[in-house]
Amino acid sequence: MSYITINNVWKEYGDQVVLERINNRVEQGDVITIVGASGCGKTTFLKMLLGTEAPSRGDICIEGEPLRYEPDSQRGIVFQRYSVFPHLTVLQNVLLSREFEASPLLARLFAGRRQKAREEAQEMIDAVGLGAALDKYPHELSGGMQQRLAIAQALIKKPRILLLDEPFGALDPGIRADMHQLVLKLWREYRLTIFMITHDLKEGFYLGTRLWVFDKVRVDPQAPGAFGARITYDMPVGSIDASAGNKIHQALAEPPVTEQPAITE
Amino acid sequence: MKKLINQQPARPARWMLGTLPFILLIFFYMGASNARLEENPNDKLLPAFGSFVDAIDRLAFQPSKRSGEYVFWQDTLSSLQRLAIGVGISALIALVLGVSNGTIPYLRAGLSPMITAISLVPPMAILPVLFIVFGLGEVSKIVLIAIGITPFLVRDMQQRVLEIPSEQLIKAQTLGANTWQIILRVVLPQVMPRLLASVRLSLGAAWLFLIAAEAIASTDGLGYRIFLVRRYLAMDVILPYVLWITLLAFVIDYLLRKLSLWRYPWFHDQTPEGS
Repeated sequence: MSYITINNVWKEYGDQVVLERINNRVEQGDVITIVGASGCGKTTFLKMLLGTEAPSRGDICIEGEPLRYEPDSQRGIVFQRYSVFPHLTVLQNVLLSREFEASPLLARLFAGRRQKAREEAQEMIDAVGLGAALDKYPHELSGGMQQRLAIAQALIKKPRILLLDEPFGALDPGIRADMHQLVLKLWREYRLTIFMITHDLKEGFYLGTRLWVFDKVRVDPQAPGAFGARITYDMPVGSIDASAGNKIHQALAEPPVTEQPAITE
Repeated sequence: MKKLINQQPARPARWMLGTLPFILLIFFYMGASNARLEENPNDKLLPAFGSFVDAIDRLAFQPSKRSGEYVFWQDTLSSLQRLAIGVGISALIALVLGVSNGTIPYLRAGLSPMITAISLVPPMAILPVLFIVFGLGEVSKIVLIAIGITPFLVRDMQQRVLEIPSEQLIKAQTLGANTWQIILRVVLPQVMPRLLASVRLSLGAAWLFLIAAEAIASTDGLGYRIFLVRRYLAMDVILPYVLWITLLAFVIDYLLRKLSLWRYPWFHDQTPEGS
């Protein structure tokens, strides 16, 4: 049995169909990079994995168990922005999940237990290269450092699935390359299953073990909302040859819905 | 020559420009006061500065002949006490209601319409009701302040909670937090500086309600004194009292701002308008 199975998932808002007939299987340790035109439902799909949205039809199962449609500690998330808590320092941000876990009422740790959690948090912070910024607040960090912090914060909880919603979209190319190394390193160390939305096809090829393209197969020009997007390409990244690559480029460059000409949001 | 909008005064110039209107005002007052007193030495409308000093000396540094109290300090103490209790209770209610309304949709659905309705009742219009229900003592004055500013504070707090990006609440859940933990560690600490900011804004209204309540039914307090001596046209008491109230309001505002800067540095650094 596969780790994650997606059975005939649809998502509709009123008579707007966003996603239709999504069927897929994901194995533990897969890194799935998701690309697609703006507004094609990539983020909606990620939200369903996260649990903030429920499918209109069909279901998603993890190890045969149907997913609970509420965010929980099984799935970690890094958003493009607002992922860290502005009122906590780097250390406090990473420590927070330990405090939630060990102290249901006060959500704070003291003395010995705090020391132990602190060591663990420090290790995680060192792993993402923020060791020198332990007592800084997020606003004192650059965008790249904030995203590192968000990743450390998510990973200390040891989620089985890590969801990344364009986590590096706002970063400079140089910093982006650093972040790629970081993600790959952590992926190897923690055996994570990762879903990552990106607008950067190169990033998708580089980071993913599989690349999914979301696109509308059918389009009714009279009723643009009548048909939803599906996974039109799903391939192991190593096997993408020139012609498949071209097709993907085409699918992204010429989205069938005419009012969305560009792939950047 | 740079455009006017690009010319910045240097620090000393800014300081001088800032004090200039005050100095002009004082000079203007002195001129007008002199002119009137020359015509009629018993004129009460614009007393000389000497009369202010006399009045304050009499009220603040000599025990009252009738009660043996230092009237000025007694008034200040009573007023500040009422203000502190009234504003304190309001802030506490606002924090509890605002945060729970903001975080729990079921509570919000139940309470929000009523809070909106209450906030539209003009507090001064129900002052007689308060006097009837709570008597003429301390309670009705404190309740007036509370009724006057609590709805504003509650609605503001609720709004601030709703402004916390949903990403943060989702993130907290993925870190294993339950509702209570989210309130305690994510929402509360983030709205505290915003509460201080709203309290600072509502202090003007709080003073208004305090002085109104004291003017109508009281036996001491800054507002009471002003309205009492009005009968004798005692501008030599009224004007220093008004200045004193203004100074107190300024100091309270300043202290709250400093408290916020000291306790919540992250808030002021990320929101330029928050400082």
